[in-house]
Amino acid sequence: MTTPTAEPLSEAGVVPRAARTTGTAERRAPSGTRSPGLVALLMLLPASVLIITFLLVPIGLTFVLAFTNARLISPEPAQFIGVTNFVNLFSDDTFWASLRNTIIFTVVIVPVQSGAALGLAVLINSKMRGTNFFRTVYFLPVVTSMVVVSMLWLFLYQPNGLINAVLANFGIAGPDWLGNPKTALIAIILMSAWQAMGFHMVIWLSGLQTIAQELYEAAALDGANRWQQFVNVTWPGLRQTRTFILITITIAAFGLFSQVNIMTQGGPLNSTTTLVFQAVRSGFQQQQTGYASAISLVFFVLVLAVSLVQRHLTRDKEATR
Amino acid sequence: MKSSTRRRLTFGAAVVTATTLLLTGCAKGGGTSSSSEDGTITLWTHNAGNAGELGAIQTIVDDFNASQSDYEVDLQAFPQDSYNQSVTAAAAAKKLPCIMDIDGPNVPNWAWAGYLAPLEGMDEELSDYLPTTVGKYDDEIYSYGFYDVSLVMVSRQSILDENGIRTPTIDQPWTKDEFADALAKLKASGKYEYPADFATGLTGEWWPYAYSPFLQSFGGDLIDRDDYKSADGVLNGPEAVEWATWFRGLAANGDIALKSGSDPAQDFANGKTGILYSGSWTAVPLRKAFDDTVFLPTVDLGQGPKIGGGSWQWGMSATCENTEAASAYLKFAAQDEYVAKVATDTNNIPTTPGAAAEVPGFEDGGENDIFRQYAEEYAVLRPVTPGYPFIATTFTKAAQDILNGADPQATLDQATKDIDANQQQNNYFQ
Repeated sequence: MTTPTAEPLSEAGVVPRAARTTGTAERRAPSGTRSPGLVALLMLLPASVLIITFLLVPIGLTFVLAFTNARLISPEPAQFIGVTNFVNLFSDDTFWASLRNTIIFTVVIVPVQSGAALGLAVLINSKMRGTNFFRTVYFLPVVTSMVVVSMLWLFLYQPNGLINAVLANFGIAGPDWLGNPKTALIAIILMSAWQAMGFHMVIWLSGLQTIAQELYEAAALDGANRWQQFVNVTWPGLRQTRTFILITITIAAFGLFSQVNIMTQGGPLNSTTTLVFQAVRSGFQQQQTGYASAISLVFFVLVLAVSLVQRHLTRDKEATR
Repeated sequence: MKSSTRRRLTFGAAVVTATTLLLTGCAKGGGTSSSSEDGTITLWTHNAGNAGELGAIQTIVDDFNASQSDYEVDLQAFPQDSYNQSVTAAAAAKKLPCIMDIDGPNVPNWAWAGYLAPLEGMDEELSDYLPTTVGKYDDEIYSYGFYDVSLVMVSRQSILDENGIRTPTIDQPWTKDEFADALAKLKASGKYEYPADFATGLTGEWWPYAYSPFLQSFGGDLIDRDDYKSADGVLNGPEAVEWATWFRGLAANGDIALKSGSDPAQDFANGKTGILYSGSWTAVPLRKAFDDTVFLPTVDLGQGPKIGGGSWQWGMSATCENTEAASAYLKFAAQDEYVAKVATDTNNIPTTPGAAAEVPGFEDGGENDIFRQYAEEYAVLRPVTPGYPFIATTFTKAAQDILNGADPQATLDQATKDIDANQQQNNYFQ
């Protein structure tokens, strides 16, 4: 339970200490047979090979392919076509719909998912019998494949599915969740939040458990009620955890694909298409590697910009503290 | 007590052994995809999980291997959903098998891309094949299929009679107005969740396969087939808009579901729908469900009824090193006997008259003969251009948007623009 807490904090404190101890041990034992530089290189090798092959090379290729008419299946070599792909992209309604949906999804799911996860974590953090049971139950969707979860919710969301059957008991005529352009994106947001919230619950939980119990006792002595304790002790104590959760949910949200691919294929009327879905559709089903690369490049820039802004904001707070 | 622990231990040991065996078995099965070691060639099929067809193909392979001693064919089956991707990946890695099956409309794309080698010296064998089951591109034959399938309107004689709906025939199919009238009568009967089921819940190639024939029956098409350069005027002309308006109207009226269930044939069998738009493959289960199931011609929307043609076909890869072995197999498999075998086991339309005589129900006047007649009379090939995969996905999206209420003219104009841009960007696949 403590490892996840250590992670967001580790950058500053834990890693250098660990590195120092292994470093001195290394230096004493073989005494100068290998230079520390070589050892460092060897240690870097596995990670860097993987990162270069599966991250840097594809990103580099995307930059190049985005300016060509490369195709998935073609006997012709790819030709340089300048910014044609981008001109087409920016005049494509589906692209703007994808961008809009991706942003809406991210903006909505970050507070919904992290808020719900925090709520669960606070509930589970109380010292009661059976918390382990609930912890496992809430975590179950996370270990279930998104594909399986999507298939299940496809049935739940059917016009005569379980959700509408339950709503009917309260006299509400439920909509055709995934068939109606007005509700399809909301349906996907709710289901995604439900699926991933267990993971963030565990992270919140680990954050909660690092807050010293004495602080609560002191607050209680001062006459603070539960809500005041939460606002003045819990919330400030979770600052690091909050940053971590904000960034991970944001990045995961931008990459929305599996749910859309299985449940709606971007429809109805572009109401659930996303940047990644559009890129995959163009690149594989429509075989337009160049065009898909252009979409990926736009996506890359977007995620980079958002990450930089988030980093900037969170770093600022650290400085003022 | 002691014996029970020992029993548990032996059981545990057995489980471990079994698992190891399984694992090593899997590892052994996985790694043999390369071809051409002393006369052995590899054959890929999309039929994993489709027992009927896979069994028939396995029979042909076994018979071929037993019939001579020079060559050996090794069958490898893939699940259909990932088959095309596997082939594309294998082609990129130059690891295509010698023989593979191909979905009919993809043949021009794969031939153009250099995946497939033309089949030479098979004109005679293929002379009496249904034209939709022979894959051609640039006047060369690249593939042939054992069967075709046919789109039909499925209903029950009792449903038609009760509601006073005329039973259409191949000479006199329903007109657009008659079909609308039939749907109105079924709706008025109040017995059905939806009067008709167009299987709108299915995805992928079903959309162009099933719904572009309606477009063609109105007089439109996916692309101008004179030169395959532009869709302008055929995909966004007045006939196409008429088609879009009709298609949207069916959903808006509640005649068909916006998104039908995952198993439309089952819904029909359960009495949820009065008319099912589906294919000849539903004949066996639906005849079992009712004794008065009828398989009617599809609707004449102006230019006569149309149905999609072309199903899975067989060809040889361009990188095959042992072309004699591949040709020998493809010639061997093209015999009437095997056409009949595959058609029987898959309940599909055998491509040759010779085979049809051997497949139960497909003989002249047999209960399935009607499917072969539809395939002969109505079938339209999907556009024979390497740009087809793009056209198909673009059409699918446009049709889905139209069904959900998008403006017909604007949507079709956009689809036309996209298709034209793609054909042009590829230099019209010259």
